[in-house]
Amino acid sequence: MPPSDPPPAESDGNHAAAIPMDEDGPAVATSSSPADEDTVMVEASEAQGAVGAASPSAKPPSPKTAEEDDIGVEIKQESKGDVKLEELFDDMDSDDDEFITSNNPANGQEPAAEGPNKDAAFELLRIYYQSFFPWRYMFQWLNHSPVPTNDFKHREFSLWLHNDAVMRYQSYKTSDLFRRDVLRLMPRRIEIGPVYTADPRDRKTFRNSTAFQPLAKELCFDIDLTEYDDVRTCCSGTKICHKCWKFTTMAIKVLDAALREDFGFHHILWVFSGRRGIHAWVCDKKARSLSDNQRKAITSYFDIMSGGKQGGKRVNLRRPLHPHLARSIDILKSHFQHDVLETQDPWQAPDKAEVLLQQIPDTELREALRKKWDASPGRSSAAKWADIDTLAQTQASSSLDPRDLRDAKQDVLLELTYPRLDAAVSQKLNHLLKSPFVVHPGTGQVCVPIDHRDLEAFDPFAVPTLQGLIAEMDAWAEKHGSEAAGSQDVKHLQDWEKTSLKPYIEYFRSFVTTLMKDERDVGIKREREEDGEVPIKVESLDF
Amino acid sequence: MNRIDAKRRNVVDHRKKQFADPVFKETQYPHRLNFYSEPPTADITLEQFEQWAIDRLRVLAELEACSFRNKTPAETATHMKPLLDKYLPLDSTSSHSSQLHAQRQKDHYSHFILRLAFASTEDLRRRFTRVETMLFRLRFQADDSRERAAFVRTLNLDWEPVSEEEKRELAQQLGATLAAGFGGKRGGPGVMDEDWCKVDWTRVPDLVESRKVYLRGGMAYVPGREQQSMVLNAFTKRLEEALELTSRALPNLDEDDRLTPILNHLSKNFIAPDSGYTSAGSSAIEGAEISARNIDNLSQHFPLCMSNVHRTLRRDGKLKHFGRLQYTLFLKGIGLSLEEALIFWRTGFRAVSDDTFNKEYRYNVRHCYGDVGGDSNRRSGGSSPFGCQKILTEHAPGPGEAHGCPYRHFTIDNLTTLLRATGVTDPAVLKGVKEDTEAQRYHIACNRVFEHLHKTELKRAKDEGIMTAAQLETIVHPNEYFKRSYLLKHLDAAPKRERDVKMEAVVSFAGS
Repeated sequence: MPPSDPPPAESDGNHAAAIPMDEDGPAVATSSSPADEDTVMVEASEAQGAVGAASPSAKPPSPKTAEEDDIGVEIKQESKGDVKLEELFDDMDSDDDEFITSNNPANGQEPAAEGPNKDAAFELLRIYYQSFFPWRYMFQWLNHSPVPTNDFKHREFSLWLHNDAVMRYQSYKTSDLFRRDVLRLMPRRIEIGPVYTADPRDRKTFRNSTAFQPLAKELCFDIDLTEYDDVRTCCSGTKICHKCWKFTTMAIKVLDAALREDFGFHHILWVFSGRRGIHAWVCDKKARSLSDNQRKAITSYFDIMSGGKQGGKRVNLRRPLHPHLARSIDILKSHFQHDVLETQDPWQAPDKAEVLLQQIPDTELREALRKKWDASPGRSSAAKWADIDTLAQTQASSSLDPRDLRDAKQDVLLELTYPRLDAAVSQKLNHLLKSPFVVHPGTGQVCVPIDHRDLEAFDPFAVPTLQGLIAEMDAWAEKHGSEAAGSQDVKHLQDWEKTSLKPYIEYFRSFVTTLMKDERDVGIKREREEDGEVPIKVESLDF
Repeated sequence: MNRIDAKRRNVVDHRKKQFADPVFKETQYPHRLNFYSEPPTADITLEQFEQWAIDRLRVLAELEACSFRNKTPAETATHMKPLLDKYLPLDSTSSHSSQLHAQRQKDHYSHFILRLAFASTEDLRRRFTRVETMLFRLRFQADDSRERAAFVRTLNLDWEPVSEEEKRELAQQLGATLAAGFGGKRGGPGVMDEDWCKVDWTRVPDLVESRKVYLRGGMAYVPGREQQSMVLNAFTKRLEEALELTSRALPNLDEDDRLTPILNHLSKNFIAPDSGYTSAGSSAIEGAEISARNIDNLSQHFPLCMSNVHRTLRRDGKLKHFGRLQYTLFLKGIGLSLEEALIFWRTGFRAVSDDTFNKEYRYNVRHCYGDVGGDSNRRSGGSSPFGCQKILTEHAPGPGEAHGCPYRHFTIDNLTTLLRATGVTDPAVLKGVKEDTEAQRYHIACNRVFEHLHKTELKRAKDEGIMTAAQLETIVHPNEYFKRSYLLKHLDAAPKRERDVKMEAVVSFAGS
């Protein structure tokens, strides 16, 4: 097999090996989180018990907690047992499991040390999966129909357990089985893979590899703020703040416009990735069935950077600009002035300013600017940006083509603001991506969907956290607890409806509803066509 | 009615069968170009079988060599013309040549013979598709425009013409697309003059990829001149599928003792330049100490693409994915064992803990060596080291990445700085490199640097006749660069007759 076109098995391996890079650090950090946090968690779950006691009609408290404790122990053993079983089987011929095996020795000593901590984490997760995770809508989202179809049944899920093992190729016949398995294994992360030609659990029963192939998956995009480290001055690495979050806002606007207008997609779900980035799931039927080659074409269509740091000027576009890029500049222009020049002040430092100077196409102008900026150190980026035009006009250099300057300025603008995608996620049909509504193990934040119509309103720091949700539910119970006992309306409220997760799940629900409606309409159309054929058949029989 | 189907009538009476027309029909060739969708059915002699295949192979090998040397399409066309005229002439229909049928038949048959020879492995299939597409493109471009249009019509590539009205409406966007995609002047060539057609964008992924089409609502607006790309795409796609089928039918030929040896011989002569380095053992150099701690020392023999990766690794103590991939495979190619490779990478990733290394990097290194991974990966001993072609064309480095070919992916300033840092300071050489890279002749630039760095040794080798002409050919593989560099710098220690499998194969093509 050529290295350029890895067999599924290989990319599985690579994937499994590569993924931890982005989030495993944080994950380890939680599992060994400071003691005070533990107590908070424990308190929360105790409080939960207490609430239960206050409203017996909603939840019979004592049997449940007892039961939970029991299951807690049981589940732990079970899940460990499972992993071992996986190892035993899979060590024989599959590489993705090799990954598990090779990891286990290193992690073998950990569980003993973090036992109680883990219980608490488990407990919180259980409550989350039991009460908050939108099982029904997740099922509808992936299934595209009310009754389970192969879209769901042949879909790969991969579950990341707390001992760092990854169970790949899990699949479920129904939403309920999915839920039950998640509650049993309590994964700290769930990833969604492609729909295969057959049930992923049976993948080893096929003699030839062609019988088991990925068929469809949402077209995904991944944008990570760490990719912007060379332009954001406020944060770096895994940290983010409101200032640099703007980069994702810009990215979403550009991509969303292009995906809708250029490619004609309608069902685009933007999801907060839980820490410092966003994912996009393009769910249109056409998008789901794209081949790797077509996915690669889209990715390259969006890619305008050429070369690494050594490449000097990284954006070099032909003029006039392709309509997609012209539109992108229109979208990004105002952001550039406000969110980049004023807020980020990217060329404050002399060495950064030098980088800007290198992109000025004319030496005379470049020298004039350098002199001016050297004379007034600390000149702001916005002022520097304005200087380019002022100097170009006043000291009109003979050799300078104003159009070249405008083009260079546009290139700079794009380099700083244009979306920077993690291409690997979008290019492969069998690439897995973290599911929406999973809790990020490092931050405790829920990976909630973002409404593209109201991007400015989304605040990554206001995203519900696991602990926060449980506290909210307690607070709600306290407030409504006494009156709730008898009331009928309250009884029907789902737990998530009592918390700040509500708007996100409602958005997701409406998204899923429109998606399902579209799929169904296609189905109806097809049925009609078939109906249309029937009379002809009858006629032909008459002959 | 009791009539027997016309097609089946022959079969019915076996006594009549021997006098009946052959089921196989004489193929007609109305067009010069051929999509090769119908397999040939007439009989040819064994000599023809072999001769035709060899003739086509010569053409294909030369075409591939052109692409390795980064010749422009125009250069390739001029270079190929005499060869094509000699081995595989194809006259246009309007020439009314008496040879028309014979030429087209040979083209048709030789294509199908080579399909048999090159369907066996994935690697061969891919290369065959690539060069066949190149050949098709060459002919397509050279074809008479009216005949070409007639041929395209027969292909049934359903695309929808864009109406004048719609063209006017979208004039601005279409104009920008035309100019942006094809480097036209500002103001652009006439949008209205161009024949635009509309297809679903998924049909033309390569045009979308390079933003050469205007997209609206999922439809791609393709300018007339890009029809070629769509035709070529269809050609490649159909050929790929057909080869896949051929490979499945191949085992039926196992019993045949006339064709199989010929086919095997044919495919052996088409060894890929990069596959010469599949197993670490075959290319290891005798007497060289290839170990993790000696890499720094050996890196003086590395081509710029690898020494750049090496420098980056030493400077940062880490390397991004494709850099690791490119470098690991290269090191494997020079003979670094898996154990040593793991030591090398472990020590190279200074800032990383053992745990992280084991978790995130160890697997990929082992995968490169075929120590883990799927069945096919293990059996084939991992991937082959990347050749120049691959490094030049695939995965251009992004921000913070160090892989790729510096001659191609660096700006000239940075390239010059890097070259100076590696000891190339001669202004004449640097000037030459600049010209080469501007003309996109990256190989030539790299070879120029090689020749400069090994000036004295090369002279000696030539004078003393130590190296064969084959070994002085243009380098098109980083491992070849290393090997030659190492041998030249150790002329006294090296065994007198180093065999060079790969280059001989290429020369035997070009020369024979």
